Amino acid sequence: MSILVNKNTKVICQGFTGSQGTFHSEQSIAYGTNFVGGVTPGKGGQTHLDLPVFNTVKEAMDKTGANATTIYVPPPFAGDAIIEAADADIPLIIAITDGIPIHDMMKVKKHLNGKKSKLIGPNCPGIITPGEAKLGIMPGYVYKQGKVGIISRSGTLSYEAGKQTTDIGLGQTTVIGIGGDPINGMKFVEVLELFMKDEKTEGIILIGEIGGTAEVDAADFIKQDKNSKPIVSFIAGATAPPGKRMGHAGAIVSSGAETAPEKIEALKSAGAIISKSPADLGSTMLECLK
Amino acid sequence: MNIHEYQAKELLKKFNINVPNGRVAHSPSEALRIAYDLKCKTFVVKAQIHAGGRGKAGGVKIVKSAKDVGRAADNLIDSTLVTPQTGSEGKVVRKIYIEEGSNIEKEFYISMIIDRTTDGITIIASTEGGMEIEEVAEKNPEKIYTLSLKPNTKINIDDAKKIASSLSKKKNLADKIVKLILSLHKAMVSTDSLMIEINPLVSTKEGEILALDAKIDFDENAFYRQKNIEELRDEDEEDPLELKAKRHDLNYVKLDGEIGVMVNGAGLAMATMDLIKLNGGAPANFMDIAGAATPERVAAAFKLLYLDNDVKGILCNVFGGMMRTNSIAEGLVSAAKEVKMAKPVVVRLEGTNIELGRKILKESGLPFINAENFGDTAKKIVEAVNKEKK
Repeated sequence: MSILVNKNTKVICQGFTGSQGTFHSEQSIAYGTNFVGGVTPGKGGQTHLDLPVFNTVKEAMDKTGANATTIYVPPPFAGDAIIEAADADIPLIIAITDGIPIHDMMKVKKHLNGKKSKLIGPNCPGIITPGEAKLGIMPGYVYKQGKVGIISRSGTLSYEAGKQTTDIGLGQTTVIGIGGDPINGMKFVEVLELFMKDEKTEGIILIGEIGGTAEVDAADFIKQDKNSKPIVSFIAGATAPPGKRMGHAGAIVSSGAETAPEKIEALKSAGAIISKSPADLGSTMLECLK
Repeated sequence: MNIHEYQAKELLKKFNINVPNGRVAHSPSEALRIAYDLKCKTFVVKAQIHAGGRGKAGGVKIVKSAKDVGRAADNLIDSTLVTPQTGSEGKVVRKIYIEEGSNIEKEFYISMIIDRTTDGITIIASTEGGMEIEEVAEKNPEKIYTLSLKPNTKINIDDAKKIASSLSKKKNLADKIVKLILSLHKAMVSTDSLMIEINPLVSTKEGEILALDAKIDFDENAFYRQKNIEELRDEDEEDPLELKAKRHDLNYVKLDGEIGVMVNGAGLAMATMDLIKLNGGAPANFMDIAGAATPERVAAAFKLLYLDNDVKGILCNVFGGMMRTNSIAEGLVSAAKEVKMAKPVVVRLEGTNIELGRKILKESGLPFINAENFGDTAKKIVEAVNKEKK
């Protein structure tokens, strides 16, 4: 089992014929993902990577039965691309694009309200269910089918957690990077709920960072959840000074509740196991699952 | 990106928000001319730097004559101001703003921010103007009024009235505050701002509502459609190394330590810094090189760190997804040859094209210290830097 995506997920790409869309769709296809086509406005009817190109998401869904889309559209147009996908009611939208203006994301959020579509990202690596489907830019060889669910704001730290759990023999059910922007789609709590319900997921690694209060919300959820599975957590940015933006648009400490110690304390008191070192995520999880 | 007070006020004026008459000066003689032009009884001379807390640090002077404006300008221009927000080295004052003094009756606070818990704009207002809002939140939380807007919605006029009436019971002032709230919201949306803060907002004895200070933070991701805003950037206010890094598409923040850090991805970069600290070292910077997809940019990143005298050793930690590790290796090798590598450099590569990346490093014959895994990276660089010191 897994969450959100598996070998039956029919995947399309928006921004399919662009350089990023092409490179990463190729990698996804090579990984064995059930890729069924792509969207580039104005190029409908053509073939790209041996797959059909459509003008709109709606058309692609009608013709291929696609139920997930990966978006590599450049930042000025990415907000509209997400809105188009949501209007077509595609169940899962993965927005990889980094650098979408925040006011555009507010429009997107307004639009998603009441819609069926779930959004992951933007500014994220995507989602992978090892051995079944890779929707995003993560290096596929790092992952192995197994029993740990991983959820991370940071992309590269999700690779790191993937590698550590693979090396130590645990493997993963599904790995999700929810992205580093202040306004994004699925948050920790929604993904945690899914992992808690997933039978194959025996433990969860949750990787947060400074800025915002999503980790504290996650802690509240963990505290209340009865069907608890072991959760190992690391919060990046303990050494970051307040008021300085650390790369991610969201990684900035602007109030006391957004610091690493504050988040660590909240998660710890909710029962999560804190890995002090980001290099010990795999070994800490192994201990928990013994 | 932050801008100066005088720029913020000029911008707000365009959105029909009232500010005192004033102009910016770059020299005492210009200040004097402006003072004669303004023809007022009281002048406020304010240092223009990108940091708050100027008043307490002596960066704001209230004077009664044009001559005294000239004197204040003499004192302020080229002086260094140290405020709680500048760090101990302070900031050099290059410009001053001269404005007409106001007959202040009461001070308020108002700001708009992007609120990530609601995905919309939140308005924060308080009757306690002129103080840090964090301080008010701590001491008098009941004096703070907030209004959270749903994502991408206009302000409901009744909601704006509610906020205004919590600030002032006088109808003519409350009406003016409602107008200000609507204008501020319009300014926020049409300039792609992340935050606008007016502190203090004042009512005057003449019954006006004026913005006495203004701070705006803009979304740089929107600069492709906000060219006028981007032009407000003042490079003098930015760290020269950070500015240089930006030109190479590197995300870099200078810190106090001695171990230079180059990593792809903000999360892994922060985690690498944390790991250095856990191992007893201190990072000299934050650097996300994810935007540097070419060997040339990787080389630029390496040189930027290497040529910084505060940096005693470098840790390069790359887990390539989008980035190809062979590009990293090529960039490192060419830069290391150029600087004739005397400081220790620990490299850990993982991810796309890894075999090729490792091969390039090995065949270069350069003394890169190889780290097998994440845990190894920090341990090795801290050891190497400590050894150099002995």
